Amino acid sequence: MSDVTMKVWRGDASGGQFEEYTLPRVEGEVVLDVIHRIQATQAGDLACRWNCKAGKCGSCSAEINGKPALMCMSRMVDFPEDEPITVTPLRAFPIIRDLVSDVSFNYEMARKVPAFLPPPVPEGGFRMQQIDVERGQEFRKCIECFMCQDVCHVIRDHEENKPKYAGPRFFIRYAELEMHPLDTNDRREYVRDEMGLGMCNITKCCTEVCPEHIKITDNAIIPLKERVVDADFDPVAWLGRKILRRTKRTPAEAAVQPPL
Amino acid sequence: MSEREHHDYDVIIVGAGGAGLRAAIEARQRGLKVAIICKSLLGKAHTVMAEGGAAAAMGNVYEEDNWKVHFRDTMRGGKMLNNWRMAELHAKESPDRIYELESWGALFDRTKDGKILQRDFGGHRYARLAHVGDRTGLELIRTLQQKAVSMDIDVYMECKVTRLVKDVDGAIAGLVAYWRPTGEFVTFGAKAVVMATGGVGKSWKFTSNSWESTGDGHALALWAGAELIDMECIQFHPTGMVWPLSVRGILVTEGVRGDGGVLRNSEGKRFMFEYVADMFRAETAESEDEADRWYDDHTAGRRPPELLPRDEVARSINSEVKAGRGSPHGGVFLDIASRRSAEFIRRRLPSMYHQFMELAGVDITREPMEVGPTCHYIMGGVKVDPDTAATSVPGLFAAGEVAGGMHGSNRLGGNSLSDLLVFGRRAGMGASDYAEATGTKVMEEAKVTEYIKDALEPFSRDEGENPYDIQHELQEMMQANVGIIRTQSELETAIDKLGEFKERVKNLSVKGGRAYNPGWNLATDLPSMLTVSTCTAMGALLRKESRGGQTREDFPAADPELGKVNFTSSLVSGDSFAGEINIAPQPLSVMPDELKALLEEVK
Repeated sequence: MSDVTMKVWRGDASGGQFEEYTLPRVEGEVVLDVIHRIQATQAGDLACRWNCKAGKCGSCSAEINGKPALMCMSRMVDFPEDEPITVTPLRAFPIIRDLVSDVSFNYEMARKVPAFLPPPVPEGGFRMQQIDVERGQEFRKCIECFMCQDVCHVIRDHEENKPKYAGPRFFIRYAELEMHPLDTNDRREYVRDEMGLGMCNITKCCTEVCPEHIKITDNAIIPLKERVVDADFDPVAWLGRKILRRTKRTPAEAAVQPPL
Repeated sequence: MSEREHHDYDVIIVGAGGAGLRAAIEARQRGLKVAIICKSLLGKAHTVMAEGGAAAAMGNVYEEDNWKVHFRDTMRGGKMLNNWRMAELHAKESPDRIYELESWGALFDRTKDGKILQRDFGGHRYARLAHVGDRTGLELIRTLQQKAVSMDIDVYMECKVTRLVKDVDGAIAGLVAYWRPTGEFVTFGAKAVVMATGGVGKSWKFTSNSWESTGDGHALALWAGAELIDMECIQFHPTGMVWPLSVRGILVTEGVRGDGGVLRNSEGKRFMFEYVADMFRAETAESEDEADRWYDDHTAGRRPPELLPRDEVARSINSEVKAGRGSPHGGVFLDIASRRSAEFIRRRLPSMYHQFMELAGVDITREPMEVGPTCHYIMGGVKVDPDTAATSVPGLFAAGEVAGGMHGSNRLGGNSLSDLLVFGRRAGMGASDYAEATGTKVMEEAKVTEYIKDALEPFSRDEGENPYDIQHELQEMMQANVGIIRTQSELETAIDKLGEFKERVKNLSVKGGRAYNPGWNLATDLPSMLTVSTCTAMGALLRKESRGGQTREDFPAADPELGKVNFTSSLVSGDSFAGEINIAPQPLSVMPDELKALLEEVK
């Protein structure tokens, strides 16, 4: 079999450059396998993040030929054989080294999510219908690869937005909680005022890169935007909530973490 | 020398998988100052790869189910080598732990009347696994992670613990770690430390485990003076992917078989009917018709043999391949395509569909999968008190895969996720009780200095061994000599080779700087890998019988006398991988009569 050439970005916060590595092609490999062979034979200190190598943990996100992808799920046969493959770190986050970027922004946003708060457990335990849990289950498939955050132009092109913009990964978390059959917190005002939901202009870039094929825009962000609007302006929805007795805690209460 | 970063806590948890997170939540609920330290980012621990479900006798699908049946199934699956008290606590407490997850936001699949749905799995008499499609581990870790984050537990991510440090009286006082992003060292003072570091699978070539599973917790505990038991008992999951080679070992959930998938050889035959051991004959179907009736109604037929415990199925697949009836790439066929509708398969097994489609180009709704055994789980581990998870070292606790005893010589699928919850919580309680009752401990500074120097040594050599070469050779060697079927001569070869690796690891050399240097990170994992591999090989040599996750070609039967002992590893010299390991038999604790009676009566 022929050789394969990889152009890998090497460097740190102070700068860097592409290094070219050529190695024999091996049948059935994914990009992460080739990166591992470079580590083992040519560059022992080449930094990359990975864990499960089965598309389940979302650690090995990178930009391959400029497009965000999980390295463990990117098969070498899907790239043209006669061209080098370029691998760079996620661009929306600060660089740590080589292919590893500092994704701590996402963990800060996770800490800001007002926690799940169920009602007291009724006699005989909670009952929920499959159809009602399925909506949240779609969003809970998220493996936190953060590629949706990487391609979201609100984050990618505007560093200044970060402190007040949760990004698609966390919009699906807010949507999940909003649609959770048991949750009693109302986060609608919070997600609008503090988490920048309005800045998303639904270009669907996030949906396109999601390795779990979650319909981020259609099933999470748009319904969430609608619910936020309803909360303020729709008297019918208000009345409906009264009749169905969906009593959620006020935004002010919701923004406060529950006691231990 | 610049000022070293240092933090003090009441309780520190090493590892952020299911057990570690559950322990941290428990200790934090007690109002203690708690931190979690993990090698990777939060939420990436190996727990995310668990697929099938968490076993708990909630009786939502079969009312007949209860803790007594679950206890019996667990003990029989473990070939009676289990710590009976752990199996008892696990069977009794698992349902509460699952309901607790629900109250923290987990969204399990539901029954028609809105309860938590439970699925069938190997070795479990009733449908017992609470699940979310085939991504239950992800649901579990995300729920615990979100709960922990909401409680203000400090999490030190990408921070590798290299050593435990004791005080002058021999109690745990803290630990030494380094930040992977910078390579800078950091020390933590702690009154109590909970090891929740997971397994050891990365020492084998074909494994379902991620890079993190290097046995750090086992090794650190042993070096600190704790004992390990049953290290020879390694579970080879019967169904890992076998092709393409680069994904060989990746798990194919047992849920495929629970939902109707069957194993066939190259002749198209359902060969598992030929391999039913006497112990399971009374409850296993004799014909395909009978087995097929069982899926819809467990009273209309007995269980299909594809759902025997994992050790039985893995050995059978191995035998078929050896007899020349394997699939083109050296496995057997797992067929659900001809038995269930495409819609059913995609709904019940979404990530399996996804995984085969994207990695192997195989559509599992149309074609069978090629599968074979893969190194999956270590039943053995740190010896702990069943009720408190305390080790023999004051202040040191262990829970989850790193702890031994719960699963005996073979773990039933689904019992691991519930194990994490039950004993994670108990470790959190045990560590909190201990921390509340003890004063602040002071680490021996000389040891701290020594441990940091040890970890940095590979940078001091211009010429030396490449850590990647040693890892690669170790994996090849363990796969060849300490695999699913073992024999005296190969185990002796393994022990000799491990001795050679030990010398070579003393001469490691790494290039580059300390910041996010995977070569150096690997160099700091190798000592743990060698220690646990040595315990496994030595235990396998001493246990001259076949039982669960220990199969000896030269001793194919179980020996009733050996069924009464754990082989216990301890360090007899030094305090590192360079020390000498001794393994000796230790009698199991005696099961009370009322539990013994359960094993007989519930048929």
